[in-house]
Amino acid sequence: MWAFIHKLGSPKWFYDISERLQPWFWAAAALLILVGSVWGLAFAPADYQQGNSFRIIYVHVPAAFLAQSIFVGLAVAALVFMVWKIKVADMAAAVMAPLGAAMTFIALFSGSVWGVPTWGTWWMWDARLTSMLILLFLYFGVIALRGAFASRDSGSRAASVLAMVGVINIPIIKYSVDWWYTLHQPASFTITSRPSMPVEMWWPLLLMVLGFYSFFIALTLMRTRSEILRRESNKRWVRDLVREDG
Amino acid sequence: MQVSESMTAMEPRGGLGVAIAATVRRDLILMLRRRSEIINPLVFFALVITLFPLGISPDPDLLATIAPGLLWVAALLATLLSLDSLFRADFDDGCLEQLLLAPQPLPAMVLAKVAVHWLLTGLPLALMAPVLGLMLSLPTGSYLMLAASLALGSASLSLIGAIGAALTVGLSRGGVLLSLLVLPLYIPVLIFGAGAVQAAILGDGGMAHLAILGALLATALMLAPWAIAAALRISING
Repeated sequence: MWAFIHKLGSPKWFYDISERLQPWFWAAAALLILVGSVWGLAFAPADYQQGNSFRIIYVHVPAAFLAQSIFVGLAVAALVFMVWKIKVADMAAAVMAPLGAAMTFIALFSGSVWGVPTWGTWWMWDARLTSMLILLFLYFGVIALRGAFASRDSGSRAASVLAMVGVINIPIIKYSVDWWYTLHQPASFTITSRPSMPVEMWWPLLLMVLGFYSFFIALTLMRTRSEILRRESNKRWVRDLVREDG
Repeated sequence: MQVSESMTAMEPRGGLGVAIAATVRRDLILMLRRRSEIINPLVFFALVITLFPLGISPDPDLLATIAPGLLWVAALLATLLSLDSLFRADFDDGCLEQLLLAPQPLPAMVLAKVAVHWLLTGLPLALMAPVLGLMLSLPTGSYLMLAASLALGSASLSLIGAIGAALTVGLSRGGVLLSLLVLPLYIPVLIFGAGAVQAAILGDGGMAHLAILGALLATALMLAPWAIAAALRISING
């Protein structure tokens, strides 16, 4: 177990193993997203209240799931980096933050577009949209702090502390925003309690969620690999690699 | 701390209590001699509150409905404004390094500094808020709750804000970044603080909100000193 973790901490070993894993995740992502989106957009039945506009759920929900999971992943990577000084964890954290911010933006944007047919407006101070907006600001903070330091090591450690502080705050922020929303909930506009989702709608959604996760893993592996090459560019194995490729 | 055994011989007499008392005393004296740093956030608070009737409407009914939120947001921004100076002077003259090298645990020393910050920023803001509430025609019966919620909430704001201040103290232009880091984390305190005043206006006392503010403060007291200490170490070494 420990040997495995120590190996995982070595950039060279990570570079080699991720090369073998990467194609599988890309293939899974392509297959799941293709099947899920065709099924969801063309074959799943329309919602009896919202008609076809509900189909935006097939982008919105996976993006929102990922946006939250990536922040947790970021904090775990930060913890691993701070406790065991494993550099690969920080490289992964560095590439995960912009990806998480992008997913949060996609979730916000699709939620806003979804709001037009259902609420009749582009933006509502809905509890979930508000929490997502705050999450986006948290991502911006982590990215900006990393970039603000002249020394990369300080930037890495500062961003790690902020990611860990953020992940403790996310549930507190989420519940306080939920609580705030129930007090100020506007009477009109809201969707009346939706029936639980029928199975024909749920299956494509599951495929899309899994597809988005595979896409995220594949992209993180790919970008971590290039980050490894960039940071380790003065190491012998990287030089050998470059020489081999010509 | 990587203080070797040989260093412990030089440890000054007296334990943690003496060190904390000395830090509190030093910070109080320094702050009281630079009075503008205490007064500026208060003036800022009053000025921001003056802007709202000018920007929205002088109508007392309208102002009364939005007063709790306005007062809380303005007080929160005033706290934010004062954060940058929390560690800045000590960082510039090297005192912060001495604090890090001291044999006493850094989280405890940091807590002493934050306590002084709250005493000279959060507490005056809480005491001043009812006067500004009067100008915004805040409904009667909520003034005490306004002061109490701000006094309790601003302690959390000082603690959370100190994490951001510690992370950005080594940066020459940390001001805007500091607000980006800290403001999202302030949201729960804002919600329950302004909620307490709203509840007092509606007549249910707002004690529940005050209890949650207290819970937030307890959590921040437990976790923030460690985060501040870690952040200071990064800023000093980096």
